[in-house]
Amino acid sequence: MLTNKIFIKKTRLGGVMKIVREHYLRDDISCGSMACVKNCQGLEREPLEESPDSDSSLLRKSHYIIPDTNVVLHQIDVLEDPSIKNVIILQTVLDEIRHRSAPVYKRVTEMISSSQKHFYTYCNEFNMNTYVERKPGESANDRNDRAIRKAVGWYSSHLKDAGVLVLLLTNDVENLKYALSKNLNAYTIYDYVKSLSNKTIVDRLANPLNQSISDKNKVLFAEHLGMAEIQKGIRSGKYLQGTILISRENYLEANVSIRDKDQMVFVQGLQNLNRAVNDDVVVIEILPESEWSCPSSMVLAEDEGKDEEDEENRGLNDSEKLIQNKVPRELRQPTGRVVGIVKRNWRQYCGILQPSILKERTRHLFIPAEKRIPKIRIETRQSDALASKRIIVAIDSWPRNSRYPLGHFVRCLGGVGDKDTENEVLLLEHDVPHSNFSEAVLSFLPKMPWTITEEDLKRRRDLRHLDICSVDPPGCTDIDDALHCRSLSNGNFEVGVHIADVSHFIRPGNALDQEAANRGTTVYLTDKRIDMVPDLLSSNLCSLRSGVNRFAFSVLWEMTPQADIISTDFTKSIIDSKASLTYAEAQLKIDDPNASDNLTKSLRGLNHLAKILKKKRLDNGALSLASTEVRFFVDSETNDPIDVQTKELRETNSMVEEFMLLANIAVAEKILKEFPDNALLRRHPSPPVSNFDPLIKAAASKGFKIDVSSGKGLADSLDKAVVPENPYFNTMLRIMTTRCMMQAVYFCSGMLQPMDYLHYGLATPIYTHFTSPIRRYSDIIAHRLLAVSIGADASYPELLEKTKIQSLCNNLNYRHKMAQYAGRASVNLHTHLFFKTRVQDEQGHVLFVRKNALQILIPKYGLEGTVFLNDEGQKTSSLFVYDEEMNTQTAGNVTIHVFDPVIVQLSIDRSNVQHMKLSLKLVKPEIPGFSVPSVKDTSTLSTQEPVGKSAQKKRKMM
Amino acid sequence: MAGMELLSDQGFRTDGRKPNELRRIRFKKGVFKQADGSAYLEQGNTKVLAAVYGPHEIRGSKGKALHDKLLINCQYSMATFSTQDRKRRPRGDRKSQEMTMHLKQTFNAVVLTELFPKVQLDIYVEVLQSDGGNYCASVNAATLALIDAGIPMKDYVIACSGSFVKDTPIVDINHLEESTAGAEIIVAVLPRFDQIVFIEMNSRLHEDHLSRVMDQVMNGCKDIFNILNQQVKDELCKKAAIDKLVDAG
Repeated sequence: MLTNKIFIKKTRLGGVMKIVREHYLRDDISCGSMACVKNCQGLEREPLEESPDSDSSLLRKSHYIIPDTNVVLHQIDVLEDPSIKNVIILQTVLDEIRHRSAPVYKRVTEMISSSQKHFYTYCNEFNMNTYVERKPGESANDRNDRAIRKAVGWYSSHLKDAGVLVLLLTNDVENLKYALSKNLNAYTIYDYVKSLSNKTIVDRLANPLNQSISDKNKVLFAEHLGMAEIQKGIRSGKYLQGTILISRENYLEANVSIRDKDQMVFVQGLQNLNRAVNDDVVVIEILPESEWSCPSSMVLAEDEGKDEEDEENRGLNDSEKLIQNKVPRELRQPTGRVVGIVKRNWRQYCGILQPSILKERTRHLFIPAEKRIPKIRIETRQSDALASKRIIVAIDSWPRNSRYPLGHFVRCLGGVGDKDTENEVLLLEHDVPHSNFSEAVLSFLPKMPWTITEEDLKRRRDLRHLDICSVDPPGCTDIDDALHCRSLSNGNFEVGVHIADVSHFIRPGNALDQEAANRGTTVYLTDKRIDMVPDLLSSNLCSLRSGVNRFAFSVLWEMTPQADIISTDFTKSIIDSKASLTYAEAQLKIDDPNASDNLTKSLRGLNHLAKILKKKRLDNGALSLASTEVRFFVDSETNDPIDVQTKELRETNSMVEEFMLLANIAVAEKILKEFPDNALLRRHPSPPVSNFDPLIKAAASKGFKIDVSSGKGLADSLDKAVVPENPYFNTMLRIMTTRCMMQAVYFCSGMLQPMDYLHYGLATPIYTHFTSPIRRYSDIIAHRLLAVSIGADASYPELLEKTKIQSLCNNLNYRHKMAQYAGRASVNLHTHLFFKTRVQDEQGHVLFVRKNALQILIPKYGLEGTVFLNDEGQKTSSLFVYDEEMNTQTAGNVTIHVFDPVIVQLSIDRSNVQHMKLSLKLVKPEIPGFSVPSVKDTSTLSTQEPVGKSAQKKRKMM
Repeated sequence: MAGMELLSDQGFRTDGRKPNELRRIRFKKGVFKQADGSAYLEQGNTKVLAAVYGPHEIRGSKGKALHDKLLINCQYSMATFSTQDRKRRPRGDRKSQEMTMHLKQTFNAVVLTELFPKVQLDIYVEVLQSDGGNYCASVNAATLALIDAGIPMKDYVIACSGSFVKDTPIVDINHLEESTAGAEIIVAVLPRFDQIVFIEMNSRLHEDHLSRVMDQVMNGCKDIFNILNQQVKDELCKKAAIDKLVDAG
């Protein structure tokens, strides 16, 4: 192994330090080609195909592609196209990419590891044939270009006998010239891509920078400052650095949150925003106080009807008009303008093409779904095909003379309104990682057929003889918990909660683990599940299905019939679930007086204990809160929803829940004892008293007093607040209470004081998540911690480091929140699909009375909507009079209070293609000039034009 | 992702070595005429000079003498120009004192000390250029110097370092790897007996990985031993052949 190393010194001058590093050159690096006849050793399987078909009209022979750094960096979307295969990524290129863009680097490494793409990394820097030394006076970039050419040259001669060509793709004119002078095959990426028979790929080309200098030399924006000037300015305090957040209501206004300071600076107008896109890190200069401004209350949406040319000519003039200095002095906020950009945080955006009058033209405007992102100019030849399609676009640049940023088409998601497309959109918009698992991840799955070995049996407690069963919602395939209960000879009960042993299959630190940690949680959409771990684990090996042996992590208690815990035991085990029941089936078994088999007895025992546990918990001050969950009945053929129902809750639901809580708390106590510094726990901070104001006010209107001083007081007073004639009143109060709560979050125990560990909602001083490791990563960590503390598994460094655990928690919290939002958006989407074809009257209740709107809860669908009382667009004075004291709205002789029953009409507002909305109109109580007639009365009601004022609705759910 | 990638996805370290590969080793014995034994050794960019004097009578206070065995006196020092920034390094600083102690312990274990009671052996080690693995290079150079001086020993003492990067053990780490990778393990062994005479670890390494790193480092030691032994033997044979010629007249 030590032969053939030629020694060369590599010197790097930085500052005044001279660094000398060894650099070994080798002769044993494989070229990675199947076609190679030169006997390159070293690889099990060469990634490059023997004779790839050429698709290009430039070069009819089979060839490999070697792109240079800038091509990879800027045209990554092209390289990702499935038709581009057999690419050699040189080490020089990969290193440069690593330094310049982490996201691109990640995408490149993913392509390299995929076996379909036939990408290969050639370590040219370590090869004695392709290494080049930097010449005196040569810049690093020139050296790298030369190294790339040298490697291309080597490849050409190396593969000459094999009959495969290599070609260099570069956009650098110099580089191209040199390459051609050395008789290498070299093209620009534009020429090459255009020569391919697959024409759609052309649209994926990023805009070449030189093309963007358009004919009109009109400069619209001020120049951005250079890095050196920015740094000088920041140091002297002349400029401030921060992240720009464009307003959701008005794309011409933004706030910049200044780094290291608790201050927001306002920026207004296209000119002052100076090409900053939402989320960019920018440098701003504060304007003189006389030019300070404040956010206008206007909601500004770019009008869509106008032709593109219009907008071009319009330039910046009209936006300039906005900055009129009529703002009253007391309202003025510190206002600034963007002078430079430190870091662009551009990502890919979803949206649609703006319909253009001239169909033939190739330049189009793209309207992102996210209102805070400006329109993007793209070039495409397939505008016909892309009209009314959801597409993804990436921004390439924003030159000074263009009103819009320039971008390129990445891919098409599908038709607008199509369910799969809309699902994809909502996953993208909520940043849910949903691509298929990469091969690297799948390689860490256990090999099938999977068997239990002797070794496994020795290390686990055998619980296969117990009558264990699982209880889940219907159609559940990722079963992560199962239960059992049996009476002991001393009159006590043995209760066991068995959780899928996911941590047995997912070993720390490997690709599978990293992927799961990144995904954080399984995301449940109404008709789809985005798994956190591959299907083989989630619905097979880890899922505690009945009739098969499965690994579990068990918590076993001995309990008295009064549900007092005598002892707790944790163990890794093997179980054999006797039945996978649904909540309804389990309920039937419990209720069936004739059934007396072991399983039923076990269930009855569990149910009995659960009731006592629940009572104890509620006595302790745990809150039972309400939120409505809906279930869609889906047409089996079209997959369109045909009916909606709120989910039913049975005794068995709360039975399972009770034992899961018990297990979680037991585990939390155990791991905190063993790992006081780095246990992953979950807390729910108690909300500040002021949060409860709306609740107290609402309850007071019905004559109830809510005690919010403690969880217990709150729970009790909620229990007492019952109005016999309105059975839904109590539920609504609980829904309101939910709104007052804080978010529950994961945290690392070493980062907070013990008194902050409290879980307010469950009224327990400590809590964690242990019971759903298939769908939550937090539970996997809890499993690992518990396994270490009972000596069943080894720990690893990351597990014991509290900062690592905390940063993991931060990611989990973010993913969790996004998963929740995505789930809600999915329900929203289905509601829209459901009401697409119908207009319906429904019974509802007023949940909140606002200054200009009523918030209505519709129990049947579990949805909440807003009836706007005065339309902002119209100047007519409102019919309604708002009484802030009493919290009522009065119109004529009708007064609307909180909790009043109403009837509303539901339909879809299609005025905006990107964001369809559910609109609510008041039917009852009748208010002349405002309410609409019931559907039954007017059979000829059109869905397009509402009879009353168009009321808009923005749905918000908890 | 930024920062140094010590082990690339293709399985190469920053300097082009595979995880189990050593740096280039070159050495020369008998570089000084004055000393009884001496050696110059390069392990990559780490360059060390070792000189051995003795066994000779105790210098300084006679009280130091051990009545039943040889007294080994070590001195480790680094040249001012040995590292990136030029720095005067007085002999007695803590770091070199520690290193001196380690060397002394190591050689006490291999030199057949009971053959030379009441006398002293001096081992001087000077690091001329440092690029990681100073201790290893010092031990290896001193071994060669002892061989050159003809001091009876149980076996060679060979030292090698190792670390753990990206779930892979790496051997013979250079300065860059030493300063960025987590743990560093240094082992000195008697290669023909498979005995460890010295082991040191800096920073933390999970116990699950320890045995893998140890195995790799032991292999590294064996590799170094083979290289050194081969050349020592060759030189000896050559010398013997010449001597034979001389004897034959």
